[in-house]
Amino acid sequence: MDKLVAKSACAGLLPLTIGGAQVTDITPSHITSLAPYNGQEAALSQALKKAHGLTLPSANEATENGAMRAVWGGSHVYLVGGAPDAALATHAALTDQTDAWSMVKLQGQMVQSVLARLVPVDVRLAHFPVGRAVRTKLAHLSVSLVRVSDDAFVIMAFRSMAKTLVHDLKEAMTSLQGRGSL
Amino acid sequence: MRLNSKGLINRDKAVSFTFDGASYSGFEGDTVASALLANDVRLMARSFKYHRPRGVLTAGSEEPNALVTIGKGAAQDPNVRATVQEIYAGLDVRSQNNWPSLSIDALSVNNLLSPFLGAGFYYKTFMWPKAFWEKLYEPVIRRAAGLGALSEQHNPDRYEQAFAFCDVLIIGAGPSGLMAALTAAQAGLDVIVADEDSIMGGRLNAETYEIDGMPGADWARTMVQRLSEMDNVRLMTRTTVTGAYDQGTYGALERVNHHAPRKDGAPLECFWRIVAKASILAAGALERPIAFRNNDRPGIMTAGAVRTYANRWGVAAGQSLVVFGNNDNAVRTARDLQNTGVHIAAYVDSRDDVDLVGDFPIFTRGAITNTTGHLGVESVTIEHAGGTDRIATQSVAMSGGWNPSVHLTCHMNARPTWHEDIASFVPTPNSIPGMRVVGSASGALSTQSCLQSGHAVALDVVSDLDGTATDISIPVAEDDPYRLEQLWAVPGKGRAWLDFQNDVTVKDIKQAAQENFRSVEHVKRYTTQGMATDQGKNSNVAALAILADATGRGIPETGTTTFRPPYSPVSIAAMGSNAQGIGFMPQRFTTSHAASVARRAPMIEAGLWYRPSFFPQEGERHWRESCDREVSMVRSTVGVCDVSTLGKIDIQGPDAAKLLDFVYTNTFSTLKEGRVRYGLMLREDGHVMDDGTTARMGPNHYVMTTTTAAAGEVMRHLDFVHQCLHPEWDVSFVSVTEQWAQFAVAGPKSRDLLNGIVDQDITSETFPFMGCGEVDILGVKGRLFRISFSGEHAYEVAVPARYGESFYQILVNRAEAMDGGPYGMEALNVLRIEKGLITHAEIHGRTTAYDIGMDKMVSRKKDCVGQTMAARQGLMDPDRERLIGLKPVGVVKQITAGAHLFNADAEAVRVNDQGYVTSVAYSPTLGHFLGLAFLKRGPERIGETIKMVDHLRGVVTLCQVIDPVAFDPEGGRVRG
Repeated sequence: MDKLVAKSACAGLLPLTIGGAQVTDITPSHITSLAPYNGQEAALSQALKKAHGLTLPSANEATENGAMRAVWGGSHVYLVGGAPDAALATHAALTDQTDAWSMVKLQGQMVQSVLARLVPVDVRLAHFPVGRAVRTKLAHLSVSLVRVSDDAFVIMAFRSMAKTLVHDLKEAMTSLQGRGSL
Repeated sequence: MRLNSKGLINRDKAVSFTFDGASYSGFEGDTVASALLANDVRLMARSFKYHRPRGVLTAGSEEPNALVTIGKGAAQDPNVRATVQEIYAGLDVRSQNNWPSLSIDALSVNNLLSPFLGAGFYYKTFMWPKAFWEKLYEPVIRRAAGLGALSEQHNPDRYEQAFAFCDVLIIGAGPSGLMAALTAAQAGLDVIVADEDSIMGGRLNAETYEIDGMPGADWARTMVQRLSEMDNVRLMTRTTVTGAYDQGTYGALERVNHHAPRKDGAPLECFWRIVAKASILAAGALERPIAFRNNDRPGIMTAGAVRTYANRWGVAAGQSLVVFGNNDNAVRTARDLQNTGVHIAAYVDSRDDVDLVGDFPIFTRGAITNTTGHLGVESVTIEHAGGTDRIATQSVAMSGGWNPSVHLTCHMNARPTWHEDIASFVPTPNSIPGMRVVGSASGALSTQSCLQSGHAVALDVVSDLDGTATDISIPVAEDDPYRLEQLWAVPGKGRAWLDFQNDVTVKDIKQAAQENFRSVEHVKRYTTQGMATDQGKNSNVAALAILADATGRGIPETGTTTFRPPYSPVSIAAMGSNAQGIGFMPQRFTTSHAASVARRAPMIEAGLWYRPSFFPQEGERHWRESCDREVSMVRSTVGVCDVSTLGKIDIQGPDAAKLLDFVYTNTFSTLKEGRVRYGLMLREDGHVMDDGTTARMGPNHYVMTTTTAAAGEVMRHLDFVHQCLHPEWDVSFVSVTEQWAQFAVAGPKSRDLLNGIVDQDITSETFPFMGCGEVDILGVKGRLFRISFSGEHAYEVAVPARYGESFYQILVNRAEAMDGGPYGMEALNVLRIEKGLITHAEIHGRTTAYDIGMDKMVSRKKDCVGQTMAARQGLMDPDRERLIGLKPVGVVKQITAGAHLFNADAEAVRVNDQGYVTSVAYSPTLGHFLGLAFLKRGPERIGETIKMVDHLRGVVTLCQVIDPVAFDPEGGRVRG
């Protein structure tokens, strides 16, 4: 009997450790996009609070409760990690996006320097604290960028572009390491 | 020659490098220019036009003459300024623009022809015959004139780009920049200091100034040390801020690895984009030469450069020196060089009153009127109050005054302001939002005034940005007056150079004025004054003064040319750094990519995606063999093709059907759950934008598919419609292209194949043609659509992308067990052409629904985007070129895409054009070529014989006009 085998978007590409930063693969159990129906933003936030203990994030923010994380994803769109409660569907269109993204964690003391080579966003801690989430470009890719700790970011890019994502990160990390040897 | 005990070089560490193949030794800290001068090499280059021997004019990035090539082969780097390039062990430097060698250059014959080569020479001489310009004149001129050459090989060097953010960007780290940096940093602001030099300090490293009783260079080092210990300060050396742009963004080029042997992984250069709330321009000033006859010989430099070489590098251009100036910087030069071992042969000043005592002749009200020497200056002629003298010398220091570096303040189209006191342009306040100017760049030319303005202006910035100012005492430094008397050019015959880089002389400017080129911009183009890598940094103001004089205007009225970014040259490689090689654009791979490559399928690009063209089998030598086999396979058994690249948009909400009715020409609100419908989308101008199918998955839930090419465009269109035209509609949509791996399973055995792996029983009842639904595939929730792009009984089946690779293998294995297999883009194309199905080859942006025979699909019962515009008379004209099929009927059997159609008896010329071919395939099913084409009144001409002419490939084929659907026109197979 044939059996379907699951494969991560970044399978075979990660982990990567160069200089003061490392990239690891994250295989999320769930990613669901929530698009609130007209006027349902507040109700959705309440439902989210009730079911999962976190509120809907404001623009450029992410909220978290344990393994559950909600990330602002653009105009009237939120991406939620963790299995979504069915009650949310009353207030928002839910779409499974678990497989749509390649998701990686960039971590290490050089993390800001790596991102400074790829992302046109001010990632200094004071300006991009933990819990900040932006949609931006990483080199030529459209990404979601969330700071999850002082020295770690979660980056999401389209699944089909996983190889380019890793390539771009690797280039920036290699350049930084090369600079260190000068 | 090297002077004793002077300079900021490390005399304990000798560094050897080569120049034109000969080995030289310098010290750590030397530039190519200082090291060559130390080795008594004055001749470093040939000039652009006349191939005149040239040495260094300056000691900085403004250098017009000493451009050299670094490295060999692919890594060769042309037009590097010898005054900027630091030496390191093994550095390979070559001179450029000469043949056979720097000292014997055949093209220096141009110098003898100079009476004919003046301003506008090319324009006047090479006017005719017209055809000669491109074929003869231009190539010859290009060979004769020029700077360094590119290797024409792929560039193996690594480049980088980066972003930085700060409160204050300080441009230049001389006394005013350092003072401003400390003031801003102590107030708690985030500060970036960028300086183009390898060590910070600016002129303090080049002069004998004292600050608070300490040598200026030591003071600078102490300040830099202090700043480097502060967390909120970032010091960037070897970094030139090259441009000022909108929103407080500045471009900057960092020379990361030019000063040392190439290190693995290290970028050669980094192009920075620095975003700052405020900026302080502390870029200093550039000294201007004086134009006198033959002032361009090697050994003749600006006085500031002579001091820099002596004070910073312990180097002199010759054993003897003549100083010539119109201001007290000349005096300072004589004083600095007096006791260094250099023999001062004469001091010449255009002024009357000079405060200088020395054991050398001092000529007041004097000027150098000529020089002699072959590959370097040998003597100067001086006319002065007391007569004329000719004095032997190996070097000359000249100072015509200083020009504040106003360039960055002009990058957003502001013009600088003339300042008569210093006879120069200064920045006009508020030229760049958020930028303030300090120190010499603002016209404050003493060290004390630099320190003061750096501090005072930084305090203004601190106050603007709500920093907390702390007490900082301003150190004490020289505050000597500048005392300048205007002198631009020494009168007399012969050529007196203004622009050394472009060989523009005083005579050229005067001639241009005489020929009525009065506008400064016209004069620039006519004479080339101020062009090329130095952009006239040394010469613009003097050239303006000459032009003003020649046209009887003042300098402010004459105005300046436009300073544009970059301030100094930036390699394209640095700006495009993240686009090198595969970094040029993202690559999108389907989940079946590896499996296709393993089957040796050539992958072709479809937008950013990579898709298999065909799957060659053992013994197949030509793509057509593989393609024909794959087509026959789909028509007889079953084929599998990855169609994940098509756009998939999940649409939900109570108003979802309204949105679909509005964006599609046909009606979707009547579509039943579990059914799919083909839809056509128009642009607002009434032309076709895209086509695809939309499936109704639930009461308020649809999945739209788009073509691969227009996936982004359709998404943007939906956003536009929802956000701008109907924001009241309660509907949302999100791309699920990446979520699903989707495969076409096509052919008579497609149902048999799927029935083995889909839990539900697939029958004509559960999944009729254009049916859809959720299914369980080997325990995973998937989606099944019975749609066809081949005319066969076919399905598209989707699983979450993580299972894509595995699912594809299973599908292909099963297909192969049924004598089927994978098929690629070529077969997919043939299958759809046989069925007359369109792609963007047909809906290419100029065609309407009427043109493609789908005007009946534009429903009149409702409104849709593009409906009204599509009904315009001209778009419904029967005479329009409309879709038909073609098959060959003559001796020639080939149809080619892009060919044009003509009546069989008409001459194949433009006015007789009847249409054009958009898609072509050889149909193995029908045994001949097939074409899809647009033909005037096409559908009315079925059966007619027409002539296809491909002027490009030289193919003429007689074709019969047929219905676009050449195969199975009744559509029995698709419903089977």
